[in-house]
Amino acid sequence: MSAADTTTPAKVPPPRQAPPPPPVAKAPRRGGTSGGAATPWLLLAPCLLILALVLGYPLFRLVTLSFQKFGQSQLWGFQPADWVGFHNFSGVLGDSEFWQVVVRTIVFAAGSVVFTMVLGMLIALLLQRVSGWVKTLVNIALVASWGMPIIVATTVFKWLFDADYGILNALLSKLPGVDLIGHNWFASGPQGLAVIMLLVVWGAVPFVVITLSAGLTQVPAELEEAARLDGAGAWGVFRYVTLPILKPIIVMLTTLSVIWDMGVFPQVFVMRNGHPEQEFQLLTTYSYDRAFVVNDYAQGSAIALITVVLLLGVVAVYMRQMLKIGEVE
Amino acid sequence: MTTMNAVATAGGGSRRRRSRLGWNLLGLLVFLTAGFPVYWMLNTAIKPAKDTIDPDPSLFPTGFTLSNFSRALDIADFWGPVGRSLIVSLSVVAIGIVVGMLAALAISRFAFRGRKIVIVGILAVQMVPLVAMIIPVFLLLNDLHQYDKLTGLIITYLTFILPFTVWTLRGFIVNIPRELEEAAMVDGCSRTAAFVRVVFPLLAPGMVATSVYGFIQAWNEYLYALMLLSQEHQTATVWLGNFTTKHGTEYAPMMAGATMMAVPIVVLFLLVQRKMAAGLTAGAVKG
Repeated sequence: MSAADTTTPAKVPPPRQAPPPPPVAKAPRRGGTSGGAATPWLLLAPCLLILALVLGYPLFRLVTLSFQKFGQSQLWGFQPADWVGFHNFSGVLGDSEFWQVVVRTIVFAAGSVVFTMVLGMLIALLLQRVSGWVKTLVNIALVASWGMPIIVATTVFKWLFDADYGILNALLSKLPGVDLIGHNWFASGPQGLAVIMLLVVWGAVPFVVITLSAGLTQVPAELEEAARLDGAGAWGVFRYVTLPILKPIIVMLTTLSVIWDMGVFPQVFVMRNGHPEQEFQLLTTYSYDRAFVVNDYAQGSAIALITVVLLLGVVAVYMRQMLKIGEVE
Repeated sequence: MTTMNAVATAGGGSRRRRSRLGWNLLGLLVFLTAGFPVYWMLNTAIKPAKDTIDPDPSLFPTGFTLSNFSRALDIADFWGPVGRSLIVSLSVVAIGIVVGMLAALAISRFAFRGRKIVIVGILAVQMVPLVAMIIPVFLLLNDLHQYDKLTGLIITYLTFILPFTVWTLRGFIVNIPRELEEAAMVDGCSRTAAFVRVVFPLLAPGMVATSVYGFIQAWNEYLYALMLLSQEHQTATVWLGNFTTKHGTEYAPMMAGATMMAVPIVVLFLLVQRKMAAGLTAGAVKG
C-alpha cells in the first residue's frame, strides 16, 4: 500500500496543470490584439453555417419526425405530415422485438468494447517487452489492419468464414475432434454476431494499442522502479502506477469505443448481404430497416433518437475528459 | 511481468534472454493473427481462381495470376466509381481544411465570449452517431433536389470531416508557441502576415496529415454513399458489393477488388502515421 501512497498520480499532474495561470493573465491582451470581438466569429462563421445546415437541421428534423406520421405518401408530398404525439414511441417501446434488439445491441457493444480494451492493453504492454524487430512487425500488422476500409475488412472476413471454402473452417477442422467442414457461421444470430464482433474488435484494437503505447511512454520509469523497490509485484505496479497514469486515456478510448460500437452498421449490413435477418438486427440496422424497408420514416427516426439518448450519458463522460485536456492546454 | 524482468536482471543474462524469447514468441503470434486477414486477402487475390474453391486450401500461394484483377474490372465498371470517390473525397478535404482551419484558429488563438460553448458544440456533434442521421439527411437532400448528386454527398460528408478537422488542427495550433507570432508582430508584421509567415509553415505537416486522414475517412464511407446515390452513380466502396449476386459470391475477384481498394488507402495511412507522429512530436518538444 505504501507503494500506492508514494506513487499516486496526484503527484504527477501539478507540473502539467501549472501553465494555465499565465494564459488567464494574458487573456485581456490577447483580446486587445485580436482586432475586435467580431474576428473570431467571422472565422467561425463558415464552419458553423455548414454544421447548422447539414447537422443541426437534420438533428432537429430527426426529433420532429419522430413525433409525426411520415411514410411513403408524406415522402412524395401527397399527404402532409401530421403530428401524432408519442404514438411512434409507444409503438416502438411496446414492441417486444425492439427490446430484444436493445438487449442484443448492448451485449454486442459491451462485448466489443471489453475485448477491444483488454486486448489492446495486453498488446500495448507486450510491445514494451519484445525485441525491436518484433515490435516493428506487430506495428506493421496493426497499422495495416487499422487502415483497411471497413467494407474491405468485412468482405475479407466473410471470405475467411465462408461455409464451404473458408480457410477458418478448414484450419479448425485440422484440430483433433473438431469437424467444421461446411459449418455455416451465420446460420444462427449469436454465432454470426460473434464473428462480426471479432471483425469489429480486429479493426478497433490497433487504434487502442497505438494510443496506449504512446501513453505508456509517458509513465515515468522512476515511479515504476520506486514501486518495485517498495515491494510491489508486476500486478501491483500495473494497478497502482501504470493504470492511474493512463486513466484519462483509458476513459477516452472506452467512451469512444462505446460510441463507435453502438453505431456498428456496415459490418452487419454487408455481412448479411444488405438484408440482416431478425436475429442479426442491432439498433442501427433496425432503425434503417423500419425507415427504408418498411417505409415508416417516423418510427425509424424514433428508434434512432432513442439510440442517441442512450448514448448521451457516455458522450457526457467523453466530453468532460476532452474538456479537461483542452483546459490543460 | 515487470518483476520477471527485474528478477532476471538480478539473476543473470540467460534467464532474461529466455523471458525475452517468450515475449517475442507471443509478439509473433499477435503479428500472425492480426496480419492474417490482410495476408489471406492478398493470397486469394493472386492465386488462380480454381484454387480458391478448394475445400482444403493451401496456406501458401499456389501460383501467381492477375486474372482475378481483370475479372474484377469486368464485373462492373471500376474507374467510374473510383473517379466519383476521388471527386467526393478531394472536394470534402479541400473545403474541410479551409473552413476547419479558420474555425480552429478562432478557438485556439482568440479569447471571446462563447468560445467554450463553441468547443463543446464541436466536440458534441462529433459524437452524434452518423447512422442515426441517415433518415433526416436523406429527406433533406430529397427536398433540396440533391439526392443522387455528388454535391449532396459532399456536403453530407462535411458533417463528420469538419468537427474532426477543427479539433485536430486546434491541437496542432496550440502546440505552436504564441511567442513566435508575437515576436513577428513586434518586428512589424501584421497579425495576418505573422500567421502566414510564421504559423502556417509550422502547421503544414499537421495540415497534410489531417487532410490525408480526412480523405481516408471520406473514401471509406459506405452507408451514405449507398443511400444517397443510385446504382449508376455508386462510389468505390459500394462497387465492392457487386461481387455478391443471387448466384453467390465470386470470392477470388472480390478479393482482387478488395486489394485494389485497400492497398492505396493502407499506403496513404502508413504515410500519415509517420507525418502525424512527426507533427505531434515536433510540437511536443516545445510544449
